[in-house]
Amino acid sequence: MPTAGSTLSLDGEGKPLWVSLELTYQCPLKCVFCSNPVDYDSYREGELSTEEWKRVIREARELGALQIGFTGGEPTLRKDLEELIGYADSLGFYTNLISSGIGLTPARLEEMKRRGLKHIQLGFQSCDEQTANLMAGADVFRRKLEIAHEIKARGFPMVLNVPVTRHNLPQIPEILNLAERLGVEYIELANVQYYNWALINRDQLLPTREQLEWAEAEVAKFRERVGERMTVYFVIPDYYDGRPKACMNGWGAIHLTIAPDGSALPCSQARSIDTLSFPNVRDHSLAWLWQESDTFNFFRGDSWMKEPCRSCDEKEKDFGGCRCQALALTGDPANADPACSKSPHHDRILTAIEQAAAAADRTEALIYRDAGIDTCKGGCT
Amino acid sequence: MTTPTLPIPENRYVINPLFLFRWEASQNAHVLLYPEGVVKLNVSAASILKLCNGEYSVEQMIDRLSERYDGSPRELIGQSLIKFLEAANANGWINAVA
Repeated sequence: MPTAGSTLSLDGEGKPLWVSLELTYQCPLKCVFCSNPVDYDSYREGELSTEEWKRVIREARELGALQIGFTGGEPTLRKDLEELIGYADSLGFYTNLISSGIGLTPARLEEMKRRGLKHIQLGFQSCDEQTANLMAGADVFRRKLEIAHEIKARGFPMVLNVPVTRHNLPQIPEILNLAERLGVEYIELANVQYYNWALINRDQLLPTREQLEWAEAEVAKFRERVGERMTVYFVIPDYYDGRPKACMNGWGAIHLTIAPDGSALPCSQARSIDTLSFPNVRDHSLAWLWQESDTFNFFRGDSWMKEPCRSCDEKEKDFGGCRCQALALTGDPANADPACSKSPHHDRILTAIEQAAAAADRTEALIYRDAGIDTCKGGCT
Repeated sequence: MTTPTLPIPENRYVINPLFLFRWEASQNAHVLLYPEGVVKLNVSAASILKLCNGEYSVEQMIDRLSERYDGSPRELIGQSLIKFLEAANANGWINAVA
């Protein structure tokens, strides 16, 4: 899960400290920035059963995992969500729910609290109803706001996760004020990362450098005003930074994602690397697929690296960036992440920035996450 | 006033409810768990956080730690404690209670 907030001050020592369970790819929203696979609907059948998920949870804990995230799609669509939360809590996990809020009700929140849920990350697009609904592809703004209040009323720590695109970026000051009024402890202004649906829509989503610099200054003003009451996460995204992100803290280092069909992935995007096959929890123990499988060992360490990564003095810091982004933009997942200014393919990022800046805002050009859509009409490569 | 570096000896602290503090056998250490993060604690940090339950004033924490680390000068224990409490407070791990 390439969220920037998942930093750990603890070396994994070979353990998958963070386990993300993608309980389902189904979701009532149609977000234009969704990072789920474009063919998400083909996973509708064959989702893991409650007992299979429990086995995954148990084996992950035995491997030393400490954090567990229930995510999707929209995880509240699974009727056994509360049961799985309770099971994970009973084994000692710190339980995180990552939800759009749609599907949460006061009664379900009470039950999750009773079962030991520790934290809720709520996806939130904007303080402006029209913008929020435009980005989510559904009329959900008011419902989300209501559920945010319900979450806080039950004393859950809540992280607001705001995917930043050129649509909601101008509203960042008002979004921060709204978060303050809601009483959230932490808001993540998460620059959209361009995979899957977001990549298809990149020309219409990517903010300009000037916009980002303005947003950075606004965030600094807000931080100064509220002090320690609220943490605001915001960094200049990799497209503009010249440095690649230390994606997942390295391949197979501390993150393990299990997809709805039981495929084990080093990150939620990894399946885009179609030259690798991803072992399934239905066929293997978690210990085997984490420690022994070729796939999890493929990009571990640095022996797979090509130049300029191999001789780079920052390779221990950023691990060459993101394998999925290297594949999507250069055609080879072993290349340096083109977000790196040292990458021979860095021009692909610069071109994407120019192309997005030149693209006139046309909301009608946005392609919403939908099962029946021919995504290549959107100009995907 | 035991040591001159003690700003508010009567302060009491509690662990921020955002954080879960517990023993983790697989790390052979106490850990602090919080939304999307983990901190592995060394023995002295853990022994201080155990006293951040709202019951002990800074003064009393020094008493308890002096018993535990018999032989270390009380003043030194006080200084290290204050330093840790300040850092833990800055990290949001603990909150002062009135």
